[in-house]
Amino acid sequence: MIRRDILVIGGGPSGLCAAIAAAKSGATVLLVERSKYLGGQLVKQTHMFFGSEKQYASKRGIDIGKTLAEEVTSHENIKILTDTTALGIYEDGVVTLEQRKNQEEIYIKVRPKSIIVGTGALEKSLPFPNNDLPGIYGAGAVQTLMNEYLVKPGNRVLMVGAGNIGLIISYQLLQAGVEVAGIIDASSNIGGYLVHASKIRRSGVPILTGYTIVKAEGENHLEKATIAKVDQNWKPIPGTEKEMDVDVICISVGLTPSSAFFWQGGCDMEYVRELGGYVPKRNKYLQTTVENIYVAGDSAGIEEASSAMVEGSIAGLAASHDLGLVYEAYDQEMEELLQELQALRGGEKGGHVRKGYEKAGL
Amino acid sequence: MLRTTGVPTEQELDAVFPSKERLEKGPVVVVECFETIPCNPCYTACHSGGIRAFKNIIDLPTVDYEECNGCTLCISSCPGLAIMVIDYRYHKDYVKMTIPFEFSPLPKPEDWVMGLNRNGKEVKRVQVLSVKNTKHLDKTPMISIAVPKGQFKEIRNIRVGDL
Ligand SMILES: Cc1cc2nc3c(=O)[nH]c(=O)nc-3n(C[C@H](O)[C@H](O)[C@H](O)COP(=O)(O)OP(=O)(O)OC[C@H]3O[C@@H](n4cnc5c(N)ncnc54)[C@H](O)[C@@H]3O)c2cc1C
Ligand code: SF4
Ligand code: SF4
Repeated sequence: MIRRDILVIGGGPSGLCAAIAAAKSGATVLLVERSKYLGGQLVKQTHMFFGSEKQYASKRGIDIGKTLAEEVTSHENIKILTDTTALGIYEDGVVTLEQRKNQEEIYIKVRPKSIIVGTGALEKSLPFPNNDLPGIYGAGAVQTLMNEYLVKPGNRVLMVGAGNIGLIISYQLLQAGVEVAGIIDASSNIGGYLVHASKIRRSGVPILTGYTIVKAEGENHLEKATIAKVDQNWKPIPGTEKEMDVDVICISVGLTPSSAFFWQGGCDMEYVRELGGYVPKRNKYLQTTVENIYVAGDSAGIEEASSAMVEGSIAGLAASHDLGLVYEAYDQEMEELLQELQALRGGEKGGHVRKGYEKAGL
Repeated sequence: MLRTTGVPTEQELDAVFPSKERLEKGPVVVVECFETIPCNPCYTACHSGGIRAFKNIIDLPTVDYEECNGCTLCISSCPGLAIMVIDYRYHKDYVKMTIPFEFSPLPKPEDWVMGLNRNGKEVKRVQVLSVKNTKHLDKTPMISIAVPKGQFKEIRNIRVGDL
């Protein structure tokens, strides 16, 4: 049984910042990450990030991940277990972990005083005929193939979804020398940042808003996609179908918070469409309705790495503060972090997230 | 238009292009950033006061044309690749346009490349003047091209290779 003040589940930007903040304010921390590497989604982001200098704006995601991982690794209060999946939270406060080591699985029990969950998000998928043909991928898989394994997913891609992720992956496909036949989105406006949209447009990729995918066809592998215009209810309009010769369809229609631990832990949950699905209710210090469980990052609601980092820091500071650990700079740093988070949620695109918080009274 | 296609309209572009008088005074920045997003590296990169101070991280960048000297420092800091610098005095028939370019292979100075518009459509072959790819630029190289004065509002990208 490992005993630690704080267990952080997930080594993405939120978990890394939570671990750093908790450790610097005096807590002993165990950080567990399912994959081999720390960094979460950042590991796959080869493009420059938005935000302010404080959240490493203008740096590439992959470099931000490295910087944070180095800081975590060098901190004496933080113990890190990679290749380790948190399995469950039990009523008696014990959390079970499964570690892969030399092809063996080792079970570990932890009894932390508090838990910070930063498990990120799951991809949504889309129902349409033949959506299981080889060549049809989720956005995360395409990024992993390209940016982690340096494998081209195919030669000609139809991107479904014009949110930031769809736009960014389209750009990365172009950089890898893969043709992008078009980006479609059922919504009448581009969901992602317009600067991203513009940079893809000027490379000649069409963006078709108000279109959906109707079906996929192919013998053993995807060969053709049919798209169509949609009406106000997002139903395809007969007669508007277009066929596209593509060997890859990349589905990038959004993420939903990964919420298993909150259900298990008995946290009060709420469905907030703007945040991507079920999220735990929490106070502004990111403490859920279960006193010793905190939340940060995409598992708290789908936003950005910049807000995930700030949330991680807030949850980390708050969790160790609530354990009674004294940290001189607590009041000032917490105030600054809360303001930063507020500022990041401003603007046109932030309106969506703001609305979600207002509706849910979070 | 911009919101449904990703291509800014004439009017939207006019609003962010410097005046003829300012262009004639020397190199100057053009920032095509039309939406309030939480982002400000253009401002933090500029050491000359060319981008006015942000009150809030979601502000749109605004250019102080008196202060901007066209140094190009801000170009590669912008994650949206929304910034270019135009030197209208470069030649009597051509402007020197410096744009960010993140594709490989990079062109070489004196190469001919295809000038593309904001739709990605071919406009005209243009010649490369210089290519910068220093460590400081952090994998966002800058390419300077010579663009005929009649087309400098049209061309915004290049394609390297088969012309
Ligand atoms: C293509 C793309 C482009 C993006 N571009 C930007 C951008 O330009 N700017 C920006 O700010 N944001 C961007 N984002 C968003 C950003 O990556 C995410 O918002 C951010 O990574 C969320 O951080 P997180 O820590 O909550 O989750 P993640 O980064 O998803 O990390 C969660 C981690 O938890 C681990 N984990 C999950 N379950 C368990 C478990 N049971 N046990 C152990 N470990 C577990 C996962 O392996 C993962 O490493 C982009 C995202 C994508 C996909
Ligand atoms: S070109 Fe130079 S002076 Fe002008 S805004 Fe950019 S960094 Fe500032
Ligand atoms: S850095 Fe680029 S995208 Fe960000 S605010 Fe400045 S111009 Fe806009």
